[in-house]
Amino acid sequence: MTVTASPSAPAAAKSKPLSTLLYRYRWVRLVGLLSLPLTWLIGLYIVSLALLLVTAFWFIDPFTSKVIPGFTLDNFVLVFSEPAYVTTALRTLGIALAVTLLSAAFAIPLGIFMAKLASPWLRAVLAVAITLPLWAGYLVKILAMRITFTEEGFFNWVMAPFGITGPGFSLFTVVLTLTYLWFPYMALPVYTAIRQIPVNLFDASADLGARGATTIRTVVLPLLWPALLAGSVFTFSLSLGDYIVARFVGGANAQMIGSIIASNINLNPPVAAAFSVIPIAFVVIYLVVTRRTGALERM
Amino acid sequence: MSAPTAPTEPVPTEPAPTDSGSATPSRDTAADTAASSSERGQGGVELHAVTKRFGETVAVDDLTLSVESGEFFSMLGPSGSGKTTVLRLIAGFEEVTSGSIEIAGTDVTRAAPFDRTVNTVFQDYALFPHMTIADNVAYGLRVRKVSKAEQKERVAAALEQVRLSHVADRLPHQLSGGQRQRIALARALILQPRVLLLDEPLGALDKQLREQMQIELKQIQREVGITFIFVTHDQEEALTLSDRIAVFNNGRVEQVGTPREVYEYPQTGFVAGFLGISNLIDAGHAERLTGVAKAISVRPERVRLMDARTEPATHETCVDGTIVETVYTGPTTRYIVDTVDGLRVIAERHNDHAPSDTAPYHRGDAVRAVWVTEHAAVVP
Repeated sequence: MTVTASPSAPAAAKSKPLSTLLYRYRWVRLVGLLSLPLTWLIGLYIVSLALLLVTAFWFIDPFTSKVIPGFTLDNFVLVFSEPAYVTTALRTLGIALAVTLLSAAFAIPLGIFMAKLASPWLRAVLAVAITLPLWAGYLVKILAMRITFTEEGFFNWVMAPFGITGPGFSLFTVVLTLTYLWFPYMALPVYTAIRQIPVNLFDASADLGARGATTIRTVVLPLLWPALLAGSVFTFSLSLGDYIVARFVGGANAQMIGSIIASNINLNPPVAAAFSVIPIAFVVIYLVVTRRTGALERM
Repeated sequence: MSAPTAPTEPVPTEPAPTDSGSATPSRDTAADTAASSSERGQGGVELHAVTKRFGETVAVDDLTLSVESGEFFSMLGPSGSGKTTVLRLIAGFEEVTSGSIEIAGTDVTRAAPFDRTVNTVFQDYALFPHMTIADNVAYGLRVRKVSKAEQKERVAAALEQVRLSHVADRLPHQLSGGQRQRIALARALILQPRVLLLDEPLGALDKQLREQMQIELKQIQREVGITFIFVTHDQEEALTLSDRIAVFNNGRVEQVGTPREVYEYPQTGFVAGFLGISNLIDAGHAERLTGVAKAISVRPERVRLMDARTEPATHETCVDGTIVETVYTGPTTRYIVDTVDGLRVIAERHNDHAPSDTAPYHRGDAVRAVWVTEHAAVVP
C-alpha cells in the first residue's frame, strides 16, 4: 500500500498551479465545465424560443405589414377559430401519431429478429441498412419517395399488371415518407433495448407455456416501453414539425402545421409564432400522458 | 473387484403424493388414462441416441439416458461437457440434431417448450423484471387462462411453500439471490410439472446459503414427489442431493450411478478425477504393487501413512515415499507423498489429535503409504 502525497503539498502546488486551483475550488470546476454549454443553451436556445413566444402576442400593422410589439390574443383566437387551421392541426397530430405507431410496428419485430435470431453477420448488415438512409440528405429521401409514388412512378408501374393504383401524392404517402425518414430513430433504441433483454426471459416465458405472441405482449413490450417512448419522442416531434414532406408528396389535401407556419412566416410573423405554439403544446401533452402511464418510472 | 459387486443404493422411487389410488408399481408408461396410470412412468425421461451439433461442434454425442420417475437425477460435469445442453434439449429450448426424447411416455422430440410437461429453474432465475413476485409466480397460470380466483389461491400456496408470502408485491430486483432462487422454484412448481429441470440453480449463491438451499431443495422434491433433473458442476452438491448421478464429459456420459457408485467405483479415469480427489494408479504401477495389470483408483481418505519400517498386513498394499507437501484443510490434513518409483499418492487424515498438537507427519518425512488392497477400485 502506497501513501499518496496530499494534494495541498507544496511540491504539487508549485508544479501544477491550475490543477491545484481546480481541485480546491469546486465552483471553478463547475464554471469551466458549464460556461460553454450554458451560453449555448440559455443564450441561443431558450432566448430565441422565448422571443418566438413573445412574438405570438404582437400584431402587424394592416397597412405597412410591419410587426408592432404589443399585446393581443387575436393571433391565438385566429388559430383556434379558423376551421382550416384547426383541421390542419388535428391532421398533423394524426399524421405524427400514425408515423409513430407505424415505426414501432416495424421496429419491434425487426428488433427481435436482429437481436435474438440473426447471425452476427446478418445483424451487422441490417444495422447498416437501417442507419444508411441517415447518411442520405433529407431532401434526397423525399425526392426518392416522390419518384416512387408519382403518377408514372415505380410503384404504379410495378403494380399496374395487378390492377392496383398507388396512393399517389396523398396523406398516406406523407405518413409513409415520414416513417421512412424517422424510422431509424425508433428502430435503434428498440433494437438496443431488445438486445438487453436476457435470452432466458424468452426461454422462461416459453417454458411457462407462453407462445411467441404472448411473450411479445407480456414480456417484450413492457420491457420495451422506455425505448419505445424514447423513439416515439423523435418520430412524433419530428413529424409534427415537418412540412417539406407534405409539400412534395402530400398533394392538395395534406397540409400540416408546418405548411401554415411557413406560409405565414413572412406574411404575418405573429400568426406563425402563435401557430408554432401548437406543436409545442402537443409534445408537452404527449410527455405528460406518457408520464402518467408510469412507463417512465419503470426504468 | 469391479462395480457390479458394489452395494447399490436403492433408487428411491417414492410415489408422488397425489390422490391417485393405484399402488401397484406396474411398468407400463402410457399414461393416457389417469385412473390406470401407475406412479412410475409418470415423470420419467428417456433420451435415445440424442446428438446435438452447433455448427461444427458436437455438444451432445449419441447420448442414451433414462431418468426414472420421481428421482433426483443430477447431470454432473465440467463446463462445456454438454450437461446444460441436454437440459435445454429436454426443456425444448434447443432441438436435437438426431435422436429422440420421451417425457412421461410421450415423444416430445419436436414439441415446443410450451407443449412439454416440464418446467425449468434457470441458472440466473430469469424472473421477469417488470412483474411483481406474485405476477411472476402467476405467469404460467395467467398464460393458461386459469381463473383469477384460482390464480390467487395457487400463488398464495406456492409462495407459502417457499416461505416467501411477504414479498408478493415486490419486484425481483428488491429480493436477495436466495429469495429469487426460491421464487424461480415456486414459479416453475406452480404448474405441477411432471419433471422439474434445474440448471445450476445454486451456482450464484454463496456457500452457506447454497448448503441451506440444498436441504430445502431436497425437502421440496420429497414433498412434491416429481422428477428433478439437476445440472451442476459441483461434485459435492451432486453427491449430497442426488438419487443418481450422470457424469458428463465431452458431450458423453462417462458413468451413471448412485452417488456411492460413482464415487467409490469410478468406471473411468475422468470420473475418478472429477469426483473428489483420487489416486489414480496406472496399470504398470498397479502391476508392480498388486500383481494385477489394471489401473486402480484409491481415495485419499483410504490411504494411511505409517512409519517406513512398519510392516503392512497381508491384505494391504503399500508404497514408500517422501512427504513433499502437507495441506491443512481444517477437519483434515492432506499429505502429498512422492514415491520412489515416480508415483504421487495423496493421503488424507482426520485431524483427530488434540487441537493444540501439530500433525504427526511433516514435510520431508520418509513414510509408507498403505491401503487395504480391496479398497482400491479397478478403473476399467
